[in-house]
Amino acid sequence: MTASIIKLDTSAEDHHLARLAAVALGLSVLEAAIPSPLPGVKPGLANIIVLIVLARYGWRTAAWVSLLRVVAGSLLMGSFLAPGFFLSLVGALCSLAALAASMHLPRRWFGAVTHSVLAAFAHIAGQMLIVYLWLIPHSGIAYLLPIFAAAALVFGTVNGLIAARFMDNTNEQPSERTA
Amino acid sequence: MHFPAHIKLGDSLILLLGCLFTVWLGTTIWQGGAADKAIIRSGGKIFREVPLTHDIEINVPGPLGTSIISIRNHQARIASDPSPRQYCVRQGWLKNAGEIAICLPNQVSVELDGSQKKYDSLNY
Repeated sequence: MTASIIKLDTSAEDHHLARLAAVALGLSVLEAAIPSPLPGVKPGLANIIVLIVLARYGWRTAAWVSLLRVVAGSLLMGSFLAPGFFLSLVGALCSLAALAASMHLPRRWFGAVTHSVLAAFAHIAGQMLIVYLWLIPHSGIAYLLPIFAAAALVFGTVNGLIAARFMDNTNEQPSERTA
Repeated sequence: MHFPAHIKLGDSLILLLGCLFTVWLGTTIWQGGAADKAIIRSGGKIFREVPLTHDIEINVPGPLGTSIISIRNHQARIASDPSPRQYCVRQGWLKNAGEIAICLPNQVSVELDGSQKKYDSLNY
C-alpha cells in the first residue's frame, strides 16, 4: 500500500492566519483552566488577539482568526458540535458583526476599548438569545442578564485595554511619550 | 501603568453608556414587575383580593383586634395594627409585585401580586 499524501497549497497569508489563530487558541485553552463562578462568565482572552488583528490586518483576517479559534478550540476541548460550541460560534459571529460596525467609528476617538466593549455586549446578547430560543425557553433567564452585562462590561474593558496597550508598545515605541 | 492613556474620549463615552445600560438592566429586571392587586390574608386564609386601582381602606379582623390596610396610588400598606411591635406597620408602603407585610400576632398579611407571576425558585 502506498501512502497517499494530500497536499494543500497554502499561501504565506494562510500561514500567517494560522499563527494568529494559534495564539488565540493558546489563550482560550489557558482560559479554560480558570474556574468560573457562573457558566458563561469568561474573560474571553482570545479576543485580545482578535482586537489586535482587527486593528492591524482588517476585519476579514479578524473573522478568520476568531472562527478558526472557535472551531479548533472546540476540537481541543472536546465540545465540537455540542451546545457550548454553537454558543461560542454565535457569540463570535455577533462579536464580529459588532466589530464590523464599530471599526468604522473615527479612530481618533474610538479605540480598542470601544471595539472590545461593543463586541462583548454583542457576544452575550447573541448567546442569551440562543440560550432562550434553543436551550432554556424560559423568561427566568432574564434574571441573569444584568450579571452577564456587567461581566461583558468589565472583561470587554480589560481586554480592550490589554489590546490597546500591546499595540502601543509595539507600534509607537518612539512616539509613546509624546502624548 | 499607563492604562488610562489607552482610553480615548469616545471609549470613555462607550464605557459610560455601557455602565448606564448595565445599571438600567439591573434595575428593570431585578426590580420585580408592577403590582396590580393586593392579596389580604387573615388567619392563613385569603380574606380579600383587591385591585390597586382604587384608593380604599379595609378593616381586617384578627385574634387581637382589627388591622387597617390602606391602598393609595397603586401602593398598599398596613395603616394600623394591634400587634405589640408594629413591624408590619413600620414596613411602610409596598410598591412592587412580590412584596409582603405580615403582622404575625394578629395573623394578618398583605401581599402585592402582579400579572407576571414571580417565582422564588426556577425549574425547567
